[in-house]
Formats: sequence, C-alpha cells, structure tokens
Amino acid sequence: MSTTPSAAVLNLWYPISAGEDAKPGQRRSTVLLDQGLNYERGADGGLTVWRATDGATALPVIERYGFIWTSLGTPPAELFPIPEYAESDRFNICAGSIGVNVSAPRAIENFLDMGHFPYVHTGILGEEPHTEVKEYDVEISGERDEVLATRCRFFQPQAALSASEGIEVEYVYRVPHPYVAVLYKSCPAQPSRMDVIAIFCQPMGEEMVRAHLMLSMLDDVNTLTSMRRFQQTIFGQDRPILENQYPKKLPLDPRAETPIRADKSAIAYRRWLSQKGINYGVIPEAA
Amino acid sequence: MIILYDFELSAECYAVRLLLGFTGLAHEIRPVDMFPGREQDEAWFRALSPDGTLPVLDDDGLVLTALPAILAHIAARSGGLGRWWPAAARDEIARWFAHAESLADSALRARWIITTGDGHSLPVLQARAHALLRTLDRHVWFAEKSGADWLAAGAHPSLADVAVFPAVALCEEGGISRQDYPAIRRWLDRVRRIPGFHVMSGVFPAGPARADVPFGSQ
Repeated sequence: MSTTPSAAVLNLWYPISAGEDAKPGQRRSTVLLDQGLNYERGADGGLTVWRATDGATALPVIERYGFIWTSLGTPPAELFPIPEYAESDRFNICAGSIGVNVSAPRAIENFLDMGHFPYVHTGILGEEPHTEVKEYDVEISGERDEVLATRCRFFQPQAALSASEGIEVEYVYRVPHPYVAVLYKSCPAQPSRMDVIAIFCQPMGEEMVRAHLMLSMLDDVNTLTSMRRFQQTIFGQDRPILENQYPKKLPLDPRAETPIRADKSAIAYRRWLSQKGINYGVIPEAA
Repeated sequence: MIILYDFELSAECYAVRLLLGFTGLAHEIRPVDMFPGREQDEAWFRALSPDGTLPVLDDDGLVLTALPAILAHIAARSGGLGRWWPAAARDEIARWFAHAESLADSALRARWIITTGDGHSLPVLQARAHALLRTLDRHVWFAEKSGADWLAAGAHPSLADVAVFPAVALCEEGGISRQDYPAIRRWLDRVRRIPGFHVMSGVFPAGPARADVPFGSQ
C-alpha cells in the first residue's frame, strides 16, 4: 500500500530524465510517485509532460542542470539555484540515471554520509586507517530553506579522476530540496574552487528511485566517458549498500535509529523533512 | 596488445576483467560509454561489434565479440588453456556458457531494466530483436552473394545455424515480424531442408523445394 503524497511532496519539482535523452519526436515514459508519465520533446525543442492516464492536461515542465523536471502539484516558480553550473569553464555532465531499489531519502542520506567512505569506496574516497569523520558544522538555513553542512574534511586516496595522490578533501553539502543533495568538493586541479556533484532523486515509488547524477567539474584533462565511469563506479559501490538498508523508508522519529556524532547532517536532514511535512519515502514520526 | 572495450557496470565485461586478473595477462582497457552515452551505437564501435554488444576484445587486429570466445582466447593467450578450458570438460563448460546466457537474459536483463529504467516494455525488447534480425539479415544477404548458404564459413551447416535458428523461427510469437528480412526467410528455409530437420510447435516444415524459383516471384 502506498502513501498518498502530501501537498509538500506533490508541489515539488522532480527530475524525470536527462535532457539529452529526450530526442525530438520520441515519446518516452517513466514513473513518478507511483504515477505513469509520458513526455516528449517537440520539433522546436519544447517539452510536454502528461500523466499516462490523462493526455489532455499538460504538467509543469522546466529544463535545468541538464535534466527535465516536472511536478504533480503546484511547484515554485523556480528550482533551487546551483550558480556554479553557469560558469563558462566548467564541464557539465549528466553522468547517468540509475535505478535503485530504495527510498529517495535513504539515497540522499547515504550521499551525505562520509563515514562509509573507507569501507565502501576503499582506495578511492577513503582508506583505512583514515576512518575518522572530523567535527563539521550543520545548519538548517531558514532563509534558503535548505540543510547545509560545512567544514567537512576527509582523507581520500583518489578524490577525483584528476587527483594524483591522496589528499585531505574539503566538502560542503547542500540539501536544497527533500530529494536532492548537492556536494561541493575541493578540486585537485584548481585548489581555490570546487567541483560540484549532485544527486537528483526521482522517487518512482516509495522504495524505488532513479538517481540522476550531475557533475559540474573543473577538469579539462579527462574525457566525458572516463568521468562518467568514475561516478558510476562510485555509485555502483553504493547501490548494494542502499538496497540492503532496512527499513527502506527513512524513519523520521529521532529514536528510531541510533545516530553517532558523524551523523549530524542526517539528523538535521530528518528533522527538516519532518518540519516540511514530507510523508513519501519516509516513516513519519508518530503524532 | 590486447585491448578490452569495456563498460564498468556490465556483468559480461566484468567476466572478462575477472579472467584477465586471474591470468595476469597484460591488457589495456578502453572505456565505452554504454550508459547513458549509448556509445555502442556509434559507427566506429559498430565496425568492431556489428550488434553493438560489449565486451569486445581486440588482440592485434583479431576482434572477438562473443563472451565464450573471448574467455577461451584469454585462456589460450595466457598459456592457461589446459587449466581454464580443459578438453575433457568442454561439454560441461559449454553448458555453463549457455546457463550464463540464460541468466543474462533473465537476471541481468531485470537488473538492467531497473538500473536504466529502460526497456521495461515490450516495444523496447521488440525493437532490440529487430536490430538483431537486421544484422542477421545483412550477414545472410552478403553470404548468399558470395555463394555461401550458412552463417559460419563452410559448405556444411554448423552449430551457428543450429544455435540461432530456434529464436528466429519463433520470433513472430514475440510480435516480431520477419516480413522485412528476406535473406533470413531464405536461410530459414535452407535450415528446414537440412536432412533430418524436425519441427516443434510454432515452427513449420519447409514448403516443397523451390530452390529453382527465382527470388521475388515467390
């Protein structure tokens, strides 16, 4: 039995496809919040999205950050900002849309977690004995309505494809949307700036997502293929971990799971989801 | 130099990477952006692998696209043929190759559908089948032009004809018409006329021999 999405859930923008995958004149279909959707790009490049059960009503649609976004409710006029995306020297990439048998909030929470790096991404994003998650700061920014984790630092053997040796990497995490996380990561090629890696989740069902991966990189050496391969390797390592979490939905009751200090960002994320009235892909707090 | 054209998330490519690791055979990996880039559809890759399948192994110009052949080749090149593909166990190993192919068609197809969100509908599978039939039709057409009747080189039908015939003969039950593949239809008839041919439900015997009827007047 699936949850009836609350207004807070229905009114969000949702990614449904990489823009480049929607070729003019090819009708495609997908699933969002248990509803079948069709979409098509017209000859003029414009997009139309509609419910599989209702061909007469066009749903809202925008194209941002390389992906197509729609909504089943009344979405805000604009999507959250990622200003770096517009910087002209960046390499913006749709790195793949990968289906995972897990709830969207579990996928976001995993993305925020640094503690698993040495164990799951051994030799790439972490390595024993460098397992400590150092103290970092988390805030729920009321003004921007997002969760923000700053001063995150972690020792990484191969922080990016452009890294030639192990370095202590600095991370900033933003959760600007209940099912989106944006990661800023110090860039081995340009130490004063940051690479941007985002995960845009499309909840197909409460326990099934497509994770759309977006990269905005400062790397003029590696190819599109090799950068995609790097991200897919990382994500492929996460996938069995995600799919084996139980329960698959994220419990919002603070007593449901036992956090450690490194989980500060997850605690804030869960509280923020609760405050916003998100009821899809989660186990809400008992009233 | 041995070059492996590889996609990280492909289980079949992984089988090749595994054996390369076990045997320690020197090689170079060329990543192919199969997903989401669909680089396997590009002309340069189709020139190596006509159906766009991965993995592909290129050993100094000898290009192999079938997983069993790639594995056997690596075993031989590493000097480990007797260990990895012993003559006494070839029947058993061939059966496991077939088993692996069945798993690719079931478990791996399910994995791929979940992973890519692609192909969860009949039309996508049918389109893929048509693409495979087009390759086959082209192959048979050129073979016929050079005077050959069968899929693999030689005057006698081979295991290749036997292995491919059933799926092609039964494809219309999957809603995949053979109407656009005249060379395939002629080849099916030739197989049906091999002495000792048997039918099964859904597969009919060849009509009376009419090899002397010119094409187009049938």
